[in-house]
Amino acid sequence: MNDPEPEAEPETVIAATFDCRGQRCPLPIIALAHQIGSVEIGAVVALLADDPAARSDVPAWCSMRGQTYLGESEPGRFLIRRT
Amino acid sequence: MCNDPVSASTYLDWASTAPLHPAARETLVAALDAGWADPARLYGSARRVRAAYEAAREQVATIVGARADEISFPTSGTQAVHLAVLGTAAARRRVGQDVVVSAVEHSSVLNAATAAAAGGVVHEVPVDRSGRVEVLAFAEAVRRPRVTVANLQSANHEVGTLQPVTEAAAACRAAGVPLHVDAAQTLGRLPTPDWDLLSGSAHKWGGPAGVGILAVRTGLRWRSPLPEDERGGGRIPGYENVPAVLAAAAALAAREEERADEARRLARLVERVRTEVPAAVPDVQVVGDPDPAGRAPHLVTFSCLYVPGEALLTELDRAGIAVSSGSSCTSSALTPSHVLVAMGALSHGNIRVSFGRDSTDADVDRLLAVLPRAVAGLRADVGAAGL
Repeated sequence: MNDPEPEAEPETVIAATFDCRGQRCPLPIIALAHQIGSVEIGAVVALLADDPAARSDVPAWCSMRGQTYLGESEPGRFLIRRT
Repeated sequence: MCNDPVSASTYLDWASTAPLHPAARETLVAALDAGWADPARLYGSARRVRAAYEAAREQVATIVGARADEISFPTSGTQAVHLAVLGTAAARRRVGQDVVVSAVEHSSVLNAATAAAAGGVVHEVPVDRSGRVEVLAFAEAVRRPRVTVANLQSANHEVGTLQPVTEAAAACRAAGVPLHVDAAQTLGRLPTPDWDLLSGSAHKWGGPAGVGILAVRTGLRWRSPLPEDERGGGRIPGYENVPAVLAAAAALAAREEERADEARRLARLVERVRTEVPAAVPDVQVVGDPDPAGRAPHLVTFSCLYVPGEALLTELDRAGIAVSSGSSCTSSALTPSHVLVAMGALSHGNIRVSFGRDSTDADVDRLLAVLPRAVAGLRADVGAAGL
């Protein structure tokens, strides 16, 4: 059946939002790395970033750091589950 | 002192350009004195210049698998790309205006595609994590109805990944669409793959700057987008730079003799960087195809987490190490490398190391002596130490 992709569920609860719009790489990823520890394990955070590099840097950071990348819920809004 | 890793100058940017090959220098100096006459004239000195020029064309043609009359020498690799794409699109206007490219082509190809497709569509074919275009997607793209020309590089200029040109050429043949191959990274380094149109740049193989190569297969519909001119065989208007072309051909011929041995030697230097940099520097992502058979022998790219790319270039330059970068971090005017983004690779602290005929293990040693401290210092500067 056509189940919606779990990553795209609009009702995902966002535990924290980090607004890094206007910052150039690598600053948004550094902010994400600093702050993701502030939420519970299993919680989802949103990173707002308009630096075009974020689209590849966020998933790359997640795989290097063993975090779960959930996708881009809307342009410039990246969802990450803390593991 | 040679054993001082910091004061020595280390050139690790051979994929951008190479110093003049000794064979090119010798030919260039001789031709500047003896080869200045107008090759279009009919007196003895002019005819000798014309004959030398035609011999150089023949020499280059043989190396790239062409007939001499298929070869022209524009003023740069970029101009070769522009003429290949625009000339084919112009001649096939009745078919449509669309152009197919891989997502990781050189900017000159992407810009030419945009110009050629004015009013049409540029179909961008995605790549996998190693930077290689997906053959089935490429074949599907060239089967679309209004495609005038398809473009695929022989090897990627930022990460070295070899592209499936043979398969792409077969798909193009089946679809009746000409394939332009940008071979700038492999001419003089690897055998030339299949092509309908071929472009390249002499300064990358040790020829002088100011000489490109454009090959257009006989029978292919191609029309110059430039005004007519009595010179250049209808392809490249203007007075030929004969000394530079002779030097470019001499360098390519010399490279053809050297390249197999050199490729083995450089592949080993690349392998050292791929294994020793991540061992010496934490949180480094080596980018590109992990299989040596899937990449050009001379270049390797890696990214350093949390590190601003330009600042790292500056640190390495201060230590006498010349490399290039696909990062644009903190440089508000630039966008990050479209190649790294298309691959889904980390763009932080991106460094492209590329080797050539003068490169040795000592160059890798110097890089390894400088890089760990430079990266650690920059991470500390941005508050990312130990993150």
